[in-house]
Amino acid sequence: MADTTIPERIPINLVVNGERRALEVVPWTTLLDALRDRLELTGTKKGCDHGQCGACTVLVDGRRVNSCLTLAVMKDGAEITTIEGMARDGTLHPLQQAFIDHDAFQCGYCTPGQICSAAGLLAEGRARDADEIRELMSGNLCRCGAYPNIVAAIEQAMSRS
Amino acid sequence: MKAYVGTATSRVDGRAKVTGAAKYAGEFSAKGLAHGFVVEAAIPRGRIVRIDTHEALKVAGVLEVLTHVNRPPLADTDDAWKDEVAPEKGSTFRPVYDDRIKFNGQPIALVVAEDWETAKFAATRLYVEYEEEAFATDLESERDRATEVEQPHKPRGDAAAAMTRAAVRHEADYVLPNEHHNPMELFATTVVWDVGGKLAVHDKTQGVQNVHKFLCSVFGKKPDDIRVISPYVGGAFGSALRPQYQVVLATLAALALKRSVRVVLTRQQMYGLGYRPMTIERVALGAKPDGTLDVVTHEAVAVTSRYEDFSRNDTGWAEQLYKSPNSRSSHKLVHLDVSTPSDMRAPGAASGVCALECAMDELAIALKLDPIELRLKCYSDRDQSDDVPYTSKQLRECYARGAEAFGWSRRDPAPRSMRDGKELIGWGMATGVWEALQMPVAVRIVLTANGHAEISCAASDVGTGTYTIVAQVAADALGLPIENISVRLADSTLPQAPVEGGSWMAASSAHAVLGAAEEIRRELAGLAKAIPGSPLAELDAADVALADGMVASRTRKGAAVSIADVMRHSNLERIEKEKLNEFAEDKSHARNTHSAVFAEVKVDEELGVIRVTRVVSAIAAGRILNTKTGRSQIMGGVVWGIGMALHEETVMDHRFGRIMNPNFAEYHIPVNADVHDIDVIFVDEPDERINKLGIKGIGEIGIVGVPAAIANAVYHATGKRIRRFPITLDKLLE
Repeated sequence: MADTTIPERIPINLVVNGERRALEVVPWTTLLDALRDRLELTGTKKGCDHGQCGACTVLVDGRRVNSCLTLAVMKDGAEITTIEGMARDGTLHPLQQAFIDHDAFQCGYCTPGQICSAAGLLAEGRARDADEIRELMSGNLCRCGAYPNIVAAIEQAMSRS
Repeated sequence: MKAYVGTATSRVDGRAKVTGAAKYAGEFSAKGLAHGFVVEAAIPRGRIVRIDTHEALKVAGVLEVLTHVNRPPLADTDDAWKDEVAPEKGSTFRPVYDDRIKFNGQPIALVVAEDWETAKFAATRLYVEYEEEAFATDLESERDRATEVEQPHKPRGDAAAAMTRAAVRHEADYVLPNEHHNPMELFATTVVWDVGGKLAVHDKTQGVQNVHKFLCSVFGKKPDDIRVISPYVGGAFGSALRPQYQVVLATLAALALKRSVRVVLTRQQMYGLGYRPMTIERVALGAKPDGTLDVVTHEAVAVTSRYEDFSRNDTGWAEQLYKSPNSRSSHKLVHLDVSTPSDMRAPGAASGVCALECAMDELAIALKLDPIELRLKCYSDRDQSDDVPYTSKQLRECYARGAEAFGWSRRDPAPRSMRDGKELIGWGMATGVWEALQMPVAVRIVLTANGHAEISCAASDVGTGTYTIVAQVAADALGLPIENISVRLADSTLPQAPVEGGSWMAASSAHAVLGAAEEIRRELAGLAKAIPGSPLAELDAADVALADGMVASRTRKGAAVSIADVMRHSNLERIEKEKLNEFAEDKSHARNTHSAVFAEVKVDEELGVIRVTRVVSAIAAGRILNTKTGRSQIMGGVVWGIGMALHEETVMDHRFGRIMNPNFAEYHIPVNADVHDIDVIFVDEPDERINKLGIKGIGEIGIVGVPAAIANAVYHATGKRIRRFPITLDKLLE
């Protein structure tokens, strides 16, 4: 007979969008599920749960990561920025505004991941032109096919930052 | 005041989508929400002998395991399970209904637990015993068992005789694989159970009223017992036209447990839903020596399930589009042990026109004609199938404008004649065609005394931009700034709308808005005229328009009363009007959209790597409601065409009847680096006949023709004609 016991919960602290959040999670809980199901921050999306689509991209200590491939317990004490934390005092982040200006989405489901990934990309300072943006944003799938507009939006935000 | 229709208005739901505020079906919460995880069949055909749920139920936090053995009642007639998009012939799949296995990946149980991880874990503690039966899942080996589907296209002339006498002939099979929609959002339903048993069903769907009617029918509920809501849909592309099985399972669990339940499918499980069916397209073309087409035949053989006949018009496009005195087409189905295919962006046309336009390219080469010239030689201003004129058809202009923007005149027709370093360059083109359909839609407008209007309708916005175009049309018709318009969509209790599909929603919802706005205008005109001393008193109501927040004379400048004053004088807080708009049936004209697509590919000569470096898509689709979102929609269609040409294929292991690549790592869709310059041109296509605004839908036309243009470009680059899609590098290196 196979084991049917559930592992014990472990207490952790996350600083999410500048706010300290204490929670208890089973070790198998991903950062993505902790954000969506436990903290009700559903702006971060689940598109594959396998690190293949990028919809779950968030910033962990300033770096872009796939939150579906990150266990919550591994990030005890980390600073997490999700799409809900991008705007400041009601003013959209330049990337958010650029995504609207350039119509860089249709259904909107990949959008939070695209924007968080783009914010990580800008912080990395690695992309200098459209070709490099395309390459370095290829971990974020968009089934609506908004890629050229996503590149244009990131170029706009880059030129203004 | 500026008009909004025809402008590049940004999406009105943009802010919600870039801030994470937009909530999708699996993101609604409720007190005591339970989570369901689906367990799928591991064989393609047979029956379940036993499901051992003993261990799964022992897992702490598991509430129930629902199977065909212990499920609550479900309707037992085929009629009760038919939704508005179901194929006419066949019997809809019923999840956890009985012990029969009809396809590999079929849902056979739902594990419900206090949280999602527990349900998922417990699902691994479920043991299923099957009785397997012989099965078949391979279209090509079963091709001879195909049965003919009734088709509306009547034959013209004598195709067989014409083919025999043709001076130049081309005939070939083009093979298009199964493809899956793969919207980014996982299929999900959250059922919120209310004391008394009423259900609020948050579902991923392209048609809330379709799902509502279906659920009431399947569960024997009254219309008031269930409400279906779907304000944001994370892509669908046809996959959410029919109610999918997770909505049945979530509802079933909510009713069984008397609590709220959410069911989210995994990416892998979504490969058990619908798909674009694999089709073998046999196209034969015969031409006279002067390059005019004398005969076209098109035979499609496609996959369907054993329980439903799904077919769309792959054939018939050539007969409609091109002058050819002789033609014949047929569509056949092969029934296999797989799930039923479904509509996927430009169903039928995406595949059928791909084959046709590759064949036209091959014929042009055989005739030593430029591919555009061949198409112009058989160009027709009349629909050749029904011999009627079009309400509008600016395809000729698409060829001209597209060719000019692309630089087509600089093309050397010889294959392998153009190169850039180690890459061969190929230029190809193709025609695209789709229908301009329109459906009955009702809209309610509530105008309040503060000059704000709320527009509501059950229609969906699956990323297509319905919220935005409805707001634009309403703002113009009511003479209000767009900021004063709010739009509510996708709630089954709102005024009537069909599923959002087939490119019919833009024209249909826009005219429904016009209809309701006209009722508002008439009422305001009457009230304004009745105000003591009204400057409009002498005017006929028809001469009064709504503009700039005023009820104003169309003819006499300055004669106007503000909407706010009219309502205050009339002691009205709000005016509410609801109107159903129906389009008169008119068979005197054909209604279509067209495109000319030009593609440039660069092919690494040694490695066979193909890049689509440029696409020009010239579109004739009436007046474009929103040039910003419209351009995006066409661009998205082009990206889909790139995927269809080069990447997408659902691969089945026929020894097990099981899909081998049900994930984004192995089912490839275009990524950012695969997509380069896409130039969208909307050619002017005034159309006073089709509808008041002269608009046609553009959701499908963007993909049609793109795969063929790319395949033709690959031939031009390499001299290799690949007729089995997708065109992957191994096929080029063979």
